[in-house]
Amino acid sequence: MALELIAVTVTIAFSIATSIPLGAYMFRVFSGARTIADPVLVPLERLVLRVCGVDAGAQQDWRSYAVSLLASNAVMWVATFAIVSAQHVLPINPDGIAAMEPALAFNTISSFVTNTNLQHYSGESGLSYFSQMFVIVFLQFVTAATGMAACVAAMRGLAGQRLAALGNFYVDATRAAVRILLPLSVPLAIVLMSQGTPMTFEGAARAATVEGASQTIARGVVAGEVAIKQLGSNGGGYFGPNSAHPFENPTPISNFAELWAIAVIPMAMVWTLGHFTRRRRLALVVFAVMLALYLPMVGVAIAQETGSMEGKEVRFGTASSALWAVTTTVTSNGSVNAMHDSLTPIGGLMPMIGMWLNNIFGGVGVGVINMLIFIIVAVFVAGMMIGRTPEFLGKKVEAREMKLASLAMLWHPLAILTGTAVACSVWASTGDPATALGWLKNPGPHGFSEMLYEFTSSAANNGSGFEGLGDNTPFWNVSTGLVMMLSRYIPIIAPLALAGALAAKPSAPETAGSLRADSAVFGFTVWAVIVILGLLMFMPVAVLGPIAESLAVRG
Amino acid sequence: MKEVRQAVLFTVVTMVLFGGAYPLVLWGVGRAVFPSQAGGSLIRRADGSIVGSALVAQAFTQPRYFQPRPSGVDYNAAASGGTNYGPSNADQLTAMSDRRGAFARINRVPDERVPAEMVTASGAGLDPDISPESAEMQIDRVATARGVAADRVRQIMRQHIAPPALGLLGRPRVNVLELNLALDQELR
Repeated sequence: MALELIAVTVTIAFSIATSIPLGAYMFRVFSGARTIADPVLVPLERLVLRVCGVDAGAQQDWRSYAVSLLASNAVMWVATFAIVSAQHVLPINPDGIAAMEPALAFNTISSFVTNTNLQHYSGESGLSYFSQMFVIVFLQFVTAATGMAACVAAMRGLAGQRLAALGNFYVDATRAAVRILLPLSVPLAIVLMSQGTPMTFEGAARAATVEGASQTIARGVVAGEVAIKQLGSNGGGYFGPNSAHPFENPTPISNFAELWAIAVIPMAMVWTLGHFTRRRRLALVVFAVMLALYLPMVGVAIAQETGSMEGKEVRFGTASSALWAVTTTVTSNGSVNAMHDSLTPIGGLMPMIGMWLNNIFGGVGVGVINMLIFIIVAVFVAGMMIGRTPEFLGKKVEAREMKLASLAMLWHPLAILTGTAVACSVWASTGDPATALGWLKNPGPHGFSEMLYEFTSSAANNGSGFEGLGDNTPFWNVSTGLVMMLSRYIPIIAPLALAGALAAKPSAPETAGSLRADSAVFGFTVWAVIVILGLLMFMPVAVLGPIAESLAVRG
Repeated sequence: MKEVRQAVLFTVVTMVLFGGAYPLVLWGVGRAVFPSQAGGSLIRRADGSIVGSALVAQAFTQPRYFQPRPSGVDYNAAASGGTNYGPSNADQLTAMSDRRGAFARINRVPDERVPAEMVTASGAGLDPDISPESAEMQIDRVATARGVAADRVRQIMRQHIAPPALGLLGRPRVNVLELNLALDQELR
């Protein structure tokens, strides 16, 4: 156990250490400065932009930035929906996978376009190799890039003065995909292949086992997908059990590499914020606030999961699976290396808390955006408490900004709690729901947790699940599909508008009377606002689900 | 109109780049540098037929073989998955108690010594490994079934213990399929 704890500590420390230079590199990429990778990657970036007819110098205000973001995502939605619906007649389908039916395709495409990667299908039987490549891997790159672009635009808005434009969406998204995600994904995929992750166009292998049975072993173009699923906080796996499957995560070394990949870009984004605002101390305070939420959750999960091997793998051990469960949910990633439905009650509560907050490191780009929302709210609360006009980075935070921040902040619990309530009422109003609906694998409070987790994961654009939920039904496909879309675009567009409003304002010099955003006191205020405002509204459902189950198990 | 054109072109060019070129390059690297791993770490017999994958558990029921962990999907590597039983589920408690009794009976160990991993199903139902402790408990049974000395089996088992990677990551583990193939090879 001691060795496992050391391994957990080393994993976290390594992710933090490498996120610092990566954050600096990302700032240089997005601000147009030179980097060491330019000779290889800049020509690729120029090629993409030239084909698209984008003038790299053309600047967009927040509205046209948002329009480009939505337009590109809409076209991707239509194109990929068409592919999965026609995959049975498209090439590269050695296992003869059938077309995806419309309700499931609606859910799947909405899930991957929103960077959620909630999966109501199982990879082995639901997608052709062609769809895995041209739908899943493609979307895992571009949707991660979309989130990073939105975040960078928001950072420019915060940092700038009397700024009309926030940048150019296509330039930012192309840079994120080509110059950040791609050069990290290729080496990671090669490491994974060296450990045993397949990368083959051959269909399933047919084995005659030692005892004479036959075993069909699904494989495919796996390694490239696993790399970008982790780096882009996507989380959608090639196979049903995700990174608990020995092909997606063959060894402790691949496990370490994937854990690093889940955390490193979300962590680096915080340092990029420091570079953009020219306030390293602000980045330090934000990072410390995040760690002060993350580390206690990791500790609780490790303590709870010790000795619980259901749904876990021998090669990882319980501590590493607990670390993964927390890391993948705070970062909006959603890949799993253990089955979350089989976690202990309180161990399973930690991933839910990670998604309820959704801002501890958070998704690539969107995590820092979510954190900025809480910072704005904290600025407002602190300003009210000391009786001054709320200011952030020298800019007055006024009614319009607060409305936008509140919209982004309140949408999240609204989607989760309303969705869960509707699901419960459908379940409760069905005669003999256990057999009529077949939704819940587990009875009692745990069954409630399965429904709660599904809407939590959808609203957080996370994608992990309590997979005992029988979720491939019209109700779950349509309801979570809608929640994923609204929960992606509302919390991106509202902060863009907020950033646009702040960008246009002049920055007043800070005085002794200003609230310093880069102080420990303010850090504690943000931490408290996150815990009280972000978490308290979920207390009732936490009690009904995981906490009730925990009390029942202890008897 | 320009907005739509840009969105369509961006979709097409990034789809070709990330959906097409990126996997193709990796596939080429895999074929050239890691042909076995990239093909699924398949183990073949002398005649070329496939026994299984070193990374994927398969069922072993005969007493002469070490047994892998229980599987929620009966070791189906085309439809893998866990049981998704929660810790408070009565079915799960029954299943665990049944497995504990069965393992204790065939290996002649007390119920309370049966390791947790041998009464629980893994995440994918394909966990290829067991802990050295779980293997140790099966040695007498395997040796008796094969009519050989327990120490001979123990010696082969110990050669198959993989230590934590870099002395740090993961736990010591034994690959069940590789161990059983080694037994068949060395103890004819």
